[in-house]
Amino acid sequence: MSQTAQSLYEKVWNAHAVKTLSNGQTQLLIGTHLIHEVTSPQAFGMLRDLNLTVKYPQRTFATVDHIVPTDNQQMPFADPLAEAMIKELDSNAKEFGITYFDLPSGKQGVVHVVGPEEGITQPGTTIACGDSHTATHGAFGAIAFGIGTTQVRDVLATQTMAMEKMKVRRINVNGELPIGVYAKDVILHIIKLLGAKGGIGYAYEYGGAVIDAFSMEERMTVCNMSIEGGARCGYINPDEKTFAYLKGRPYSPQDDVWDTAVERWKSFASDADCQYDDVIDIQVEDIAPSVTWGISPDQGVFINESVPDPAQANSESEKVSIEDALEYMKLEAGTPVKGIPVDVAFIGSCTNGRLSDFQEAARFLKGHHVAEGVKAIAVPGSQIVAKQCEDEGLDRIFEEAGFQWRNAGCSMCLAMNPDKLEGDQLCASSSNRNFKGRQGSITGRTILMSPVMVAAAAVAGEIADAREVFSMNAN
Amino acid sequence: MALEKITQISGQGVYVPGSDIDTDRIIPARFMKCVTFDGLGEYLFYDVRFNEDGSKKNHPLDDPRFAGANILLSGENFGCGSSREHAPQALNRFGINAVIAQSFAEIFFGNCTTLGMPCAIASADDIQTLATAIEADPSLEITIDIANSQVTYGQDQSIPVTIPHTASDALINGRWDPIAELLESETEVVTTMAAAGY
Repeated sequence: MSQTAQSLYEKVWNAHAVKTLSNGQTQLLIGTHLIHEVTSPQAFGMLRDLNLTVKYPQRTFATVDHIVPTDNQQMPFADPLAEAMIKELDSNAKEFGITYFDLPSGKQGVVHVVGPEEGITQPGTTIACGDSHTATHGAFGAIAFGIGTTQVRDVLATQTMAMEKMKVRRINVNGELPIGVYAKDVILHIIKLLGAKGGIGYAYEYGGAVIDAFSMEERMTVCNMSIEGGARCGYINPDEKTFAYLKGRPYSPQDDVWDTAVERWKSFASDADCQYDDVIDIQVEDIAPSVTWGISPDQGVFINESVPDPAQANSESEKVSIEDALEYMKLEAGTPVKGIPVDVAFIGSCTNGRLSDFQEAARFLKGHHVAEGVKAIAVPGSQIVAKQCEDEGLDRIFEEAGFQWRNAGCSMCLAMNPDKLEGDQLCASSSNRNFKGRQGSITGRTILMSPVMVAAAAVAGEIADAREVFSMNAN
Repeated sequence: MALEKITQISGQGVYVPGSDIDTDRIIPARFMKCVTFDGLGEYLFYDVRFNEDGSKKNHPLDDPRFAGANILLSGENFGCGSSREHAPQALNRFGINAVIAQSFAEIFFGNCTTLGMPCAIASADDIQTLATAIEADPSLEITIDIANSQVTYGQDQSIPVTIPHTASDALINGRWDPIAELLESETEVVTTMAAAGY
């Protein structure tokens, strides 16, 4: 019945709507709450100020990721501010009885890697975290989004928050993925196409043959960067791959209730005839390995293209944006992106710090070496990812190729730990943001790309086409 | 917990031009190594206001003509990127208590509203007109009239603005911090939680 056909977003929203608040917003139940050391301490402070407590401590999970050094992790940390933050999280978790995947647990990592890994991330749920990349969890058919610290307080105190229903944009991704083109290229392409603000007010539902064929880790890469396209939330309908991924994980439903859980999860998938507020169709044959050239994630090009010329901008504001970006990036209009010298190469982050990211980069890196003068680091997204990689000997491949193999953390994605750019270094990065100063130096420059493209840039010493550097052939 | 009913914000404006001004730019990540929001105001827009040696660049916020301005004007997609509430907290502690822009990133918008900081949406042309008026007379008194969705300034001049209804309603009725109302629904939360299978 098309009249009752609903998208996953509507089904999950309706199942979690507690009531309508006086201003018209919805009080929304948050099934799973994830916290980390940066955006939670003030929320606990607010709770104490209001004499409130954590209402459902079993529905909040903590880990430490942003400020963790990835080289020397001996406590106390060299940085007293970082040490104070990790201690604060530790004491808050203890005081309120919150499960905390800390450094000695063997399960610590970037919060968006840990949630799925533990089976905490489940279809048909709402997931909130004081971090804009929470949409990552949408890969499992959850409605997952970033929140501010006052909202972290709200969720801690009530397991709910005030929110408005978003519109839903279906993004169909079809066709045959060309060789050397990865999930990262697909999402960079979508962001470029729809713009950094294109998703404001929308949840993005990704679907189509390419998304169906993607592994769960590739799906997480796509959903992760929804926010870079302005969409607070992005998701993919759950399917057999989702269920296979979750089966047997520590917090997944156990054997006796597994089948019931799967049936229930399936029921949340968007109905075939549901109506979307907008539909976009993308053919992946049109996509080549992609890189950004500017200071906003939508300022991207294919590897065989050049940085734009402000003279060819469509509007005055676009012209100003291009000029600002070129000046910051120290690039001339019309310069081919291929050949831009790189100083640093970074593989990791909640976007691309999972096992398959390292497997794929290592597969091509083997037998190559990082160019002289390039600092290259590989940072697993979690302690479990690190162990999986090490069990497969990937750490040795990275090290033999001249990469430093590090411990788990957010690392060079956001510069809250010792991994930072210096001066105007240019970094080929598998992370998600190329904002001014994002990687820790106020003049540091970031070029976003897939992990394999980072490996190619590290080897070539410049932005390069991985298909050429690694002689990838269609057969 | 009676909150102030915010029906209007008056004061002087300062124009910080540009699109896609992200929250990393509003408050660089290194200043988030803190367990309270106290003191964040001094680091507002730090890396675009100061050189590495601590000397000042020519940022509008440091232009003495706009000292004391409390309404910030900007372009499209203001507050994009990281969800850090440190950004509106830094603005607020610096002395900014409302923002007028062409559009706002969603998480930033919500964070501001929850702090009682109105975010008003205006067209590029109208923002330019207002910015020109401020440039001509930095002491110009401007008022964001939330109930009537307009910004008034000078001799009976005005521009229309949009503030989504849920936000304007919350501000006007002193319910911009939702905690009190959220706490009222304990029973309904239990029911919803059980029905949703938690």
